[in-house]
Amino acid sequence: MNIAYSTELICFLILSAVIVSGSLAVVLLENIVYSAFLLGGVFMAVAGLYLLLNASFVAAAQILVYVGAVNVLILFAIMLVNNKEKLKPIKGLRTRKFISGGVCGGLLILLLRVSITTKWNLPGPTSIGEEATERIGEHLFTDYLLPFELASILLLMAMIGAIVLARRDVSIPAADINDLKNQKSLSDKKVPLLSENSIK
Amino acid sequence: MLESTIGPVPLQAYLIVAAFLFCTGVWGLINSRNAVRVLMSIELMLNAVNINLMSFSSYVDGSLIRGQVFSIFVITVAAAEAAVGLAILLSLYRNRVTIDMESFNLLKW
Repeated sequence: MNIAYSTELICFLILSAVIVSGSLAVVLLENIVYSAFLLGGVFMAVAGLYLLLNASFVAAAQILVYVGAVNVLILFAIMLVNNKEKLKPIKGLRTRKFISGGVCGGLLILLLRVSITTKWNLPGPTSIGEEATERIGEHLFTDYLLPFELASILLLMAMIGAIVLARRDVSIPAADINDLKNQKSLSDKKVPLLSENSIK
Repeated sequence: MLESTIGPVPLQAYLIVAAFLFCTGVWGLINSRNAVRVLMSIELMLNAVNINLMSFSSYVDGSLIRGQVFSIFVITVAAAEAAVGLAILLSLYRNRVTIDMESFNLLKW
C-alpha cells in the first residue's frame, strides 16, 4: 500500500465528513450563531479539499475571502438584526419541507447517477505544484484580462452599492433641531449623494 | 475500501461531495425563514460549484488549470454578492423590523 495515497484518502474522508455534517448543521440548526460558525468550518474544510487538489493559491484565497470576509460579514449581520424574533407559524410548513426535501433528494440522486455512471476519460490528477500560482497569474493577465478587469469593476460597484443601501438616515428629535451640529447634518442630508456639490 | 491497489482519490468522490453540498444548499435556500440563513445557503451552493471546478481543473486540465482561474472569479462574485445581500437585508430590517422571509412580500401583486 502506498502511504501517500492512503494519507490522501484519509484526509479526503475526514474533510468530506466535515463538509457534509457541517453543511447539514448550517441548514438545520435552530440557533443561527452556531450555523454561522459552522459555516466557517465548512469553508475551511473546502479549502483543505483545494489543498488536496494541489491548488494552494486558491485554498489561501478561499480562507482569506470566505472565512476572513464573508463569514465575518455574516456574523456582523446576525449581530445587527434581532435574532430573538418569534416567527409566526405558517400552515403547511411541514409538508412544504418534505416536498422540497424530496425534490432536493431527487436532484442529489440525479447528480450522483451522472457522476458515477459517466465514463470519465481522464488523464488523471496531475500536479504542477508551486507553478500553479504563476500559471494563474499568467492567465489573469493574458487570456482572462477582460474578466479580471470586469471583476474589479464589479467589486467597486458592490462596495458603493453596499454603502448606499446600508446607510442610516438620521432622525433628530424636535427639541434639538436648532443645535448647530444637527443643522449641519440636516443641510448635508439635503445634498444628494454623488452630486458635484457633495464633493468638497 | 483500503485495498492493496490503492490509487489516488477518484474524481467521482469530489463530485459526490460537491453534489451533496449543492443539494443541502438548495434545500436551505428554499426552507430557511431567517434571511441570513438564506445567504449562507447561497454561499454553500457557490462552494459546491467551486469544488467541481477545482476537481475538474486538477483531473482534466492539469497543466493549464483554467478551472482554478474560474473559481477565483466565482470567489470574487460571491464576496460582492454577500456584501450587497447583507446590505439589502439590513435595509429591509430597518423598514420591516423582521428577518422572516415570509413577510418580505413587497413585490407581490
